Amino acid sequence: MSEENKRDDRSAENKPPESETSAQPPTEAGAEAPVEQTKEEVTEPPSEGDAPVPERRKETDEEKAARRKATLEAREAAKAAAALAAAEAAKGGSSASAQPAGESAQGATEAPAAAAAGGSSASEGDAPVRRKETDEEKAARRKAALEAREAAKAAAAQAAAQGGAPAGAAGVGEGAGADAPPPKPPSPSQPRLDRVAAMLRELVAEDAVEEAYINEANDHLPTLVIKNERWGQAARLLRDHAELACAYLRNVSGVDYETHMEVVYYPWNMNAREGYCIKVRTDRESPSVASVTPIWETANWNEREIYDLLGVDFPGHPDLRRIMMPDDWVGHPLRKDYVPLDPEV
Amino acid sequence: MIRTEELLLNVGPQHPSTHGVFRIIVKLDGEVITEATPVMGYLHRGTEKLAENLNFTQIIPYTDRMDYVSAMTNNYVLCHAVEKMMGLEIPERAEFLRLIVMELQRVASHLVWWGTYLLDIGALSPFLYAFSDRERVLGLFNELCGARLTYNYMRVGGVKWDAPEGWIDRVKTFVKDMHFRLDEYHNLVSGNEIFLSRVKGIGKYDAETAISYGLSGANLRCTGVQWDLRKAEPYSLYDRFQFDVPVGKNGDCYDRYLIRIAELEQSLRILEQALEQFPGDGDTMGKVPRAIRPPAGEIYVRIESPRGEIGCHIVSKGKAEPYRLKFRRPSFVNLQILPKLLVGESMTNLVTILGGIDIVLGEVDC
Repeated sequence: MSEENKRDDRSAENKPPESETSAQPPTEAGAEAPVEQTKEEVTEPPSEGDAPVPERRKETDEEKAARRKATLEAREAAKAAAALAAAEAAKGGSSASAQPAGESAQGATEAPAAAAAGGSSASEGDAPVRRKETDEEKAARRKAALEAREAAKAAAAQAAAQGGAPAGAAGVGEGAGADAPPPKPPSPSQPRLDRVAAMLRELVAEDAVEEAYINEANDHLPTLVIKNERWGQAARLLRDHAELACAYLRNVSGVDYETHMEVVYYPWNMNAREGYCIKVRTDRESPSVASVTPIWETANWNEREIYDLLGVDFPGHPDLRRIMMPDDWVGHPLRKDYVPLDPEV
Repeated sequence: MIRTEELLLNVGPQHPSTHGVFRIIVKLDGEVITEATPVMGYLHRGTEKLAENLNFTQIIPYTDRMDYVSAMTNNYVLCHAVEKMMGLEIPERAEFLRLIVMELQRVASHLVWWGTYLLDIGALSPFLYAFSDRERVLGLFNELCGARLTYNYMRVGGVKWDAPEGWIDRVKTFVKDMHFRLDEYHNLVSGNEIFLSRVKGIGKYDAETAISYGLSGANLRCTGVQWDLRKAEPYSLYDRFQFDVPVGKNGDCYDRYLIRIAELEQSLRILEQALEQFPGDGDTMGKVPRAIRPPAGEIYVRIESPRGEIGCHIVSKGKAEPYRLKFRRPSFVNLQILPKLLVGESMTNLVTILGGIDIVLGEVDC
């Protein structure tokens, strides 16, 4: 329900902040005028075109339940279809085989719509004519369709990857056919990423690197996920190795991903003007990441801040205390599940 | 025989020389500091937490209130990060306006520093001169966007307001006047015997220490490290203009002073070129989708604020609100070195060293 509300409040949340509303000359209207977003509408299948009921009525509880069930079923069906398509694609083993996946995905998007419509009309019973969809229903249907499509897309991508298709085709599950885009040229940072990953594996530990990829949006920044237990050693290597020489730690952030916590480091080599993004993951229950304050002094207050706001422990830190919140504060405010002890505060 | 004992002295949070609500607890042996413990958080508003429930346009006014002496650069770093994530193109006129206001902001910000720093050390009149000049910049900003401090001027995709008629000419006049004023200030202060004895050789550190502490801005450049993001990792239109990055060599308060004065001159130089090349017409907003939703992913962008490297780390899940928004605030990072610098210094030098770092508490606490 809350999710549906959010979607419907879209127009409200896009309102500019209060301070802007005053003293706006009319000439500015063009730039930020509330043009209705059409993207969402596209995902809707062709309209039902049923006889409209003059006034919108409120859903009864049974209707709601029925609709919910129908949506769920539709979603399941879509997922199953996508999985099937994926299996087929994998069998085919070529980029062209993404076609069936795409098609079935499209089919899947229509399925929930039909099911949802069926669900609601079935539950009506005493209503003689099919009534117009309420906004909630529309939102729910839209959501289901979106999810189904996403699932299909993911499945298609996976299938393509398994089949050894070029990586470039993987991203376009939907409608990707014979004319798949040519494979992307390798990132200019790829050699650097491979090199640092190899060094970490060789000089720190075989299992030190959990993931390594290029963050293309961020100027092709080589990004590595380091195994938690190996982070202390890996940090030392990053700073001290003559080839890496990351003496400057630009930034440290903590992120709560709800499934786990992540501490993100940006060590930099100022002479070569290049650097890395290093991530270290830890569990949410007793989050702990080795402190790098002995290696980079920069980390000192940054780690204190992350401890204060996210509750991550940094064993090896010389003075791990709260830095922003008062010493007797309860909880760690930046955690996603944070509830203030005193709601008045 | 004089008996001495350790004295615990609390400075701040309400004290003019702390430039805001900053508190430092010092242990004194006579006049000499043996230990210093900074206490922060008095101005912590949880900007990063608030941002998780706001869309990106709504976050912009919050960035004004971080480093409130340099709100334009804060505006820019957020917009720049979102634009980069979404791959948006910014019209040239908008980018020029952004660059001009950012450099004007640097001038205004350094003037505030210059005035208050000398006030800390005991000279009153420079403060008055500096603020009268800064007032002219604020007046120009006021004309542009209707605010003197918290501008909320930039938007994802461009700027909110176009320059009013004659504004560019007025900026040109200001830049011309400012050259003369700077020469005057230089003559007034830079060679002053008393001033020199207060700042020369005080608060010294070397390049290695500066890098280890992650210092940026004048605090890093005073040790001879040539690291200015406008040159090292150019953003906006900075690669189109000629300017130098002044560096020091001694790493003391005097070098930090000289660098900031030299940076004022360089900012005026950039401004002259930018005003000359300012496009006669064009859009001030690029093509931006109605709903600003950066694609799922992560980005860290950084720019050179008057205080150093201000960074913005966004984790997006494809929604209108950021999943996580973290600001790397230069004041916060630069301030870390303070306890180290204070040990062994006299009490009077506390003010000199703290002022030399140039902090803004809105940014330290965020």
